[in-house]
Amino acid sequence: MATQQTRSLARFMMAPSVVLLFVWMIVPLAFTLWFSFQQYNPLNPIRDGFVGFSNYALFYSNPAFLQSILNTLILVGSVLLITVIGGILLALLIDQPMWGQGIVRILVISPFFVMPPVAALVWKNMIMHPQYGVFADIARFFGGQPIDWFGQYPMPAIIIIVAWQWLPFATLILLTSLQSLDTEQKEAAEMDGAGFISRFIYLTLPHMSRAITVVLLIQTIFLLSIYAEILVTTNGGPGYASTNLPFLVYQKALLEFKIGQASAGGIIAVILANIVAFFAMRAVGKNLDK
Amino acid sequence: MARAVSTQHKTIATAAAWIVALLIFFPILYTIITSFKSEQEAIQGFNLFPSGTTESYTAVEAQRGYFKFFLNSVFLSVGSTILALLVAIPAAWSMAFSPGKWTKDILMWMLSTKMMPAVAVLFPIYLIFRDTGLLDSRIGLMVMLMLINLPIVVWMLYTYFREIPGEILEAARMDGASLWNEIIYVLTPMAVPGIASTMLLNIILAWNEAFWTIRLTTTEAAPLTAFISSFSSPQGLFWAKLSAASTLAIAPILIMGWFSQKQLVRGLTFGAVK
Repeated sequence: MATQQTRSLARFMMAPSVVLLFVWMIVPLAFTLWFSFQQYNPLNPIRDGFVGFSNYALFYSNPAFLQSILNTLILVGSVLLITVIGGILLALLIDQPMWGQGIVRILVISPFFVMPPVAALVWKNMIMHPQYGVFADIARFFGGQPIDWFGQYPMPAIIIIVAWQWLPFATLILLTSLQSLDTEQKEAAEMDGAGFISRFIYLTLPHMSRAITVVLLIQTIFLLSIYAEILVTTNGGPGYASTNLPFLVYQKALLEFKIGQASAGGIIAVILANIVAFFAMRAVGKNLDK
Repeated sequence: MARAVSTQHKTIATAAAWIVALLIFFPILYTIITSFKSEQEAIQGFNLFPSGTTESYTAVEAQRGYFKFFLNSVFLSVGSTILALLVAIPAAWSMAFSPGKWTKDILMWMLSTKMMPAVAVLFPIYLIFRDTGLLDSRIGLMVMLMLINLPIVVWMLYTYFREIPGEILEAARMDGASLWNEIIYVLTPMAVPGIASTMLLNIILAWNEAFWTIRLTTTEAAPLTAFISSFSSPQGLFWAKLSAASTLAIAPILIMGWFSQKQLVRGLTFGAVK
């Protein structure tokens, strides 16, 4: 039968994607899991062997670990807060009738297309530099003392940079959702005498709730693995002040060659991401049924 | 009934939106401005009017060999995208037009691979690349970028293909079109816009990928992300050169991005927001 033939052909066409992704996911992850129970140092192969959970214990007892988890959560939480609230406000603003709306949209969305190393270096050198940066110029203009952002406030500085990169994304998604809101509904609410605030709370916000959920989830996935921004600005410092989990794993693996500990850290990162993924999948999955 | 908008309201909205938009865009604008300054000018305080010298641009090429990195970026982003399309188009096609019992689960599973943190597999991948001689090779990195973006490509294509009405395919089948004819003559023309959108977004994502492209390359295969990162070690004053290199690195993708706003929303929300 034709359908039977189509079915098997369909499977055959799906196979490359599935096999590739399966191998790409399983093989390295299996390696990482295996390494996380091993003592392994490429520079000192004599002491290799199975060590049980001691890598996890070492990773946990490392004061940098707790700090890095905390930094990861602070980074993700702060950026989500800034971008979602800022994104809603910006979307509401851009949605107003105005001249040059198209250009405003283009200007606002632009930072999202700037590659992370460029974004971070431009902010570090030209905006936040304590001597020559624009912020320093502004501070001096008002007679203040320029702030050494990356020395004194490394986490806020990185949060500002990352929020700048992701605010456009949130704005764009929320604006798209806002524009799909039925204007007749809006007008009806207006005629019934609903003010701006109550219209926002009872009509606009519920309408945008799914878009907000999506923004939160997608951003969390990307924000959990922020790397380049830290590498080119603070390099995790001073001390471990701006080291997040991905950066700590990178340091352990490729700078200190403590592969066991790095792998244990990697597995923890997977668990963290899975908790988020669990909720993300449910939200996206619901959409599939429609 | 169109609502009458007072000119006053419109003026205020316009002014507010433009101020905010320019503030957000400012770091990019200032980078472009600084790229036309001399190194001396670049550190002489806030100044929006450069002397217009292009010495930084020539210096970036002469001293750092910018063009090689640019070519690598083009090769990696376009190459990985084409590779991903080749693998993903058949898969998305079969999932959209002859969905089976497991289609939804497979799609969800593919999405879940995207959520695996890269650091978790950093060392195994590094080892595999080192031992197979793929470290700092364009082909290796191209495959890597293809794998990273494959779930998004499959998903995006799937959401586009699903919108093609199945009746048209049935009509073609009735007329005796074989499966391949069906794909080439009926499906492809209708799928081209979706494929083009997917391609555009994927090139942007691959161009800006800044973990594997930095960690798996040294010199030969290094794209612009790695090139720019090499500016992070402060050796003297290099603001103008950094700006010139940055401008060159983001300009093509910025322009592409402006044209892909809709696709971006759709692709990155996996069809949940359109």
